[in-house]
Amino acid sequence: MDLGPVWLTLLLATVTTVGLLLLGTPVAYWLARTKSRAKPVVEAVTALPLVLPPTVLGFYLLVALGPLSPVGGFWLELTGEALTFSFSGLVVASLIYSLPFMVQPLASAFEALGDGPFEAAASLRASPLAAFVHVAVPQSARGFLTAVVLTFTHTIGEFGVVLMVGGNIPGETRVVSIAIYEHVETLRYAEAHALSAGLVAFSFAVLVAVYALNRRFPPHVG
Amino acid sequence: MSVDPSRRPAVRASELPTRPIGRASTLAMDFHLQRADFGLAVTVEVPLEGVTAVFGASGSGKTTLLRAVAGFERPDRGRVVAGTDTWFDSATRTDVPPHRRPAGFMFQDTRLFTHLDVAGNLDFAAQRAVAGGGFDRADVVTALDLEPLLHRRTGSLSGGERQRVALGRTLLTRPRILLLDEPLAALERERKADILPYLEGALSRFGIPTLYVSHDIDEVARFADRMLLLSAGRVQAHGPTPQMLERLDLQPAMGRFEAGVLLAGRVLRRDPRLHLTWVDVGGDEIAVPEITGAGGAEVRLRIRARDVALATRRPEGISIRNVLPGTLLELTPGDAGFVEALVELRAARIRSRLTLAAVEELRLEPGMSVFALVKTVSFGV
Repeated sequence: MDLGPVWLTLLLATVTTVGLLLLGTPVAYWLARTKSRAKPVVEAVTALPLVLPPTVLGFYLLVALGPLSPVGGFWLELTGEALTFSFSGLVVASLIYSLPFMVQPLASAFEALGDGPFEAAASLRASPLAAFVHVAVPQSARGFLTAVVLTFTHTIGEFGVVLMVGGNIPGETRVVSIAIYEHVETLRYAEAHALSAGLVAFSFAVLVAVYALNRRFPPHVG
Repeated sequence: MSVDPSRRPAVRASELPTRPIGRASTLAMDFHLQRADFGLAVTVEVPLEGVTAVFGASGSGKTTLLRAVAGFERPDRGRVVAGTDTWFDSATRTDVPPHRRPAGFMFQDTRLFTHLDVAGNLDFAAQRAVAGGGFDRADVVTALDLEPLLHRRTGSLSGGERQRVALGRTLLTRPRILLLDEPLAALERERKADILPYLEGALSRFGIPTLYVSHDIDEVARFADRMLLLSAGRVQAHGPTPQMLERLDLQPAMGRFEAGVLLAGRVLRRDPRLHLTWVDVGGDEIAVPEITGAGGAEVRLRIRARDVALATRRPEGISIRNVLPGTLLELTPGDAGFVEALVELRAARIRSRLTLAAVEELRLEPGMSVFALVKTVSFGV
């Protein structure tokens, strides 16, 4: 069996999750703590990928990342390869597609802390940054676990956006979900079964592990 | 009704260094703060020295006042100036963020960090302490008896232990001013009695000027040097605690049966067999339930007006231990048939609450010689 799509999928999910941890955490923190009037707008933008059909998202990404667009053109000049139908393009698409799955659990976790820990940290002379790193993050461990797992598994399961932006290039953009689709289209059910069952087993194992872990992280309240 | 110092050896009064005396600077609070359902408007200056109680009923604005000093609430206009440092000034748009104000705020609900153990909580503060010496982590751990708790999770601590850790954590930032928001309010009575000596000891041991929010007059009488009385978001009065407690006009705010006097005295001698301690109050000897302050230790006796009876002749065959001769200074009619009597003892003054009927029957008049009778058991310990 060709394991190429499996490795490619895991790589994509890992890169996306790490990228979103770095990008999504500040956004979630800002959303949880801000009193700005722009908050609903930012909230809506981060939630859009949840409600849009993947084809709509994929279509616009295709247009935005194409070699004739400013972003795609810049990337082509910089690296010599196009963003569309490439692994890099898939990463960009996944970062956007999976954004809500990182931001929303984190924002709820930060919000659930309330003002208490932040005021306590400030009263102990901790700067807002120190309060974030040394108090908010460790007290939101559960939120981080949820966000990471949701982002990772959701990226693994993504199909429509990948197909639109990445196509089906072995070793470059052919992830598991695309491979399964192709196997079914070409009536190679045995291979489709192997990959599908693998995905089911993997997802189940991850979720069980998460829920088991969750029980050992008591929520930090008070 | 309270007598101190209490029984904890850790805070025996005689071992405590006296507070640094110098030209005390002040904390000036002159601001207005309006919230949806509540307004606070204060103009008051308190010395940055000793303990100032912020006293008042629930909803009078005590906690909001403290939070504005800490920077957690932003006044609509006005100033907060500590010594020479302006922490807030709406005119110059100065608003020093809370973490840059050298003020240690202790929350009523402690807000210990649940992801750290006790030692971790203390270290968090110690690492960020205001530069300078005075005392270190070991001093605080000793004074509050925190050693046995260091490796405990915060979730496993009792209410009193949590308060001790929270106080220690706040002290470790070496604040220039301590802001204590009803640190004992969440505790039941016995736990309070356990932690009071620690609190009292720490306040004098570390000598940090303190604003102490409370609605418990006994706590205030016990260790506040002065009182700031808040009522409906305004400062109703402020001044030294003994004078404040004597003022009749403030009684509605302090509670009908709490009026009385606060007398400063010195421990004369003790009788362990009888469990009594005699305290010298300006030449008068007053017997109170046994306290462990060493001879000469300064104590405060709070005597409520309702616990004092008057006699026109020295009574005989009476169980009351304290029969203090004095002169009746004034009689002030109160409500509902009560009369407040003020009696001059040798050096101190004492208040007595009498019924109008008793005043008429004994034909009490200012200038008369009387005996003030105070039961020893009326001093709760």
